Amino acid sequence: MKLLNRSLVYITTVFFVVIGVWSVIFYFNLKDEIRDSIDDGIDNNRLLIIIKVESDSTLLLQNEFGGNNFKIRPISKQEALTFRDVFKDTMMYRLNENDLEPVRILHSAFERNNEYYKLTVISSLVEEDDLIEDSFWSVVSLFLILVVSIIVVNNIVLRKVWNPFYEILNQLKTYRLDKNENSIEINSKTKEFIQLQEASNTLINRSKEAYFSQKEFTENASHELQTPIAIIIGNLEMLLESPDLKDKDADIIAQVINIAGRLKRLNNSLLLLAKIENKQFFEEETTSINEVAKSLISNYDDLIDFKEIKIEVLESSDLMVKINNSLVEILLSNLIKNSIFHNKKEGKIKIKISAEEFVICNTGNPKALDSKSIFNRFVKDQTKTQSTGLGLAISNAICKSYNLTISYEFTEDLHCFKINFKNILNLD
Amino acid sequence: MKILIIEDEADLRETIKESLVKEQYIVETADDYSIALEKVAIYDYDCILLDIMLPKGNGLDLLEELKKMGKSENVIIISAKNALDDKIRGLALGADDYLTKPFHLAELNARIKAVLRRKNFQGKDCIELGNAVLDIQERTLNVDKQNVHLNKKEFDILNYFMSNKNRLITKTSLAEYVWGDNIDQADNYDFIYYQIKNLRKKLEESNAEIVLESIYGVGYKLAEK
Repeated sequence: MKLLNRSLVYITTVFFVVIGVWSVIFYFNLKDEIRDSIDDGIDNNRLLIIIKVESDSTLLLQNEFGGNNFKIRPISKQEALTFRDVFKDTMMYRLNENDLEPVRILHSAFERNNEYYKLTVISSLVEEDDLIEDSFWSVVSLFLILVVSIIVVNNIVLRKVWNPFYEILNQLKTYRLDKNENSIEINSKTKEFIQLQEASNTLINRSKEAYFSQKEFTENASHELQTPIAIIIGNLEMLLESPDLKDKDADIIAQVINIAGRLKRLNNSLLLLAKIENKQFFEEETTSINEVAKSLISNYDDLIDFKEIKIEVLESSDLMVKINNSLVEILLSNLIKNSIFHNKKEGKIKIKISAEEFVICNTGNPKALDSKSIFNRFVKDQTKTQSTGLGLAISNAICKSYNLTISYEFTEDLHCFKINFKNILNLD
Repeated sequence: MKILIIEDEADLRETIKESLVKEQYIVETADDYSIALEKVAIYDYDCILLDIMLPKGNGLDLLEELKKMGKSENVIIISAKNALDDKIRGLALGADDYLTKPFHLAELNARIKAVLRRKNFQGKDCIELGNAVLDIQERTLNVDKQNVHLNKKEFDILNYFMSNKNRLITKTSLAEYVWGDNIDQADNYDFIYYQIKNLRKKLEESNAEIVLESIYGVGYKLAEK
């Protein structure tokens, strides 16, 4: 959720609650106030009627409301003396509205010439449901007006206020450690944003240092190890060419050359892993997975023929992705090589390329591999001593660096590796 | 043929030198930037092996100097750095080839031979041994002017052997040459053995005057009959 919207949600919620509670309280206060003033009016009417009765006794005959707002009925003295004025809400039929409407009613008693009377005065009351409805809509419109004005204020004013923040964010998002770019710069006098800028730059400089020292280390480590290995291999090869060598000795020398070769591959693979994890492959190009896969397969034609493997490539779509060229070749060639080397004679390889997936399945050992550990470093087929056990770890690291999912499945006696390229599809 | 090795690591320098002397080259060495610069300025070499990390200077700077003198086209960079930037810069500066350490001596031989061929036989990139002619550009083998059909890997293997006449090539080195860099399964020798067997049969059937000999069971050697 965006920052702007988040603050909007909080403010709207608070407004909703505050206005809701306030309108309930306001409603009851208003109703009380109205009732009070009506009661005062009725009381005043009562006094006026009592005074008027003194001079006009015909009013005493008014025992129904008729058109007036009072009626008078004689009562016994006893009843009159125990009588207390009482205000009540009640419903009365109204001709014009053809409905029962709320009225305020006052029951009172008075005495005239030793005769006792009960006086009832009415006054029409505000229609409560109408009042509720009217005030409800007023409150809703108030609420809406407030929310709309907050949105407007948020968008115009806050966007301006937060602009330096978004600027920093954008610069951070596109920042490339490997490109040796300038520090982040913004135009702001706000203290917090200046602090954010400074903190970002400190962090960038530290990461830069770490990045370059790690890059330097991988390269130096490569140099320092590769040269001794080169000397070992060179010297042993020279030794192997000396004329008076016994078969047994030659065999041992060949074995050591072999081991040195393994050392070399191990070193290369670990360096490659470090480089991938260090994101030192950054140039990206639009690449067709179909093309890369097919050209890699053609490199192994002879070996595929030799092992009499049937290879089947199903292309339901052209899979175009944005990826580093070297990495995609390493990724696919690791999988294709595995599918050949771990295959059996007269086996099968099935490659499926769809709109977003590359799937490669091969026959081989009829037992599922451990799908959890298979992508870990140094997990290898114990019968293949020359293997470094890093091939799939490298593939996995490449997938991780591009946020791709790689998975393993064993179905219908086929070992299947699936890569989903959804995140780096080239859609142009 | 004169070759200059510019390499600061004494052991490696000597091993390479020994191997190249066996190939009948005149070999000179330099172990730092200034000596190397002096030598390349005074003498002409048919091929220069150049290490990138050198005491008192960078191999790429030396390459730049060579380019100014118009002598950069027969340089093979040998570097432990597999860094892509260096490779691209090196080749852009006119170096002919880039070989990453560690390498097999046979591989180095093959690369040097390729550079020398391109330098000395302009345009015509062929290796001739006895009655066999291997055309690198056309990727064909002719024995007594008769074409002998080779598949892709057989051609690569024969090319490797013909560039290393009379030199022992171990199975490891051959496997790496055939499978390329970063190969994880170099123990797959059955295929290599099978290719060698086919190659021998084809050479024999076409009466080629070259033969692939097994040495100690650890490798092979190509010899002229």
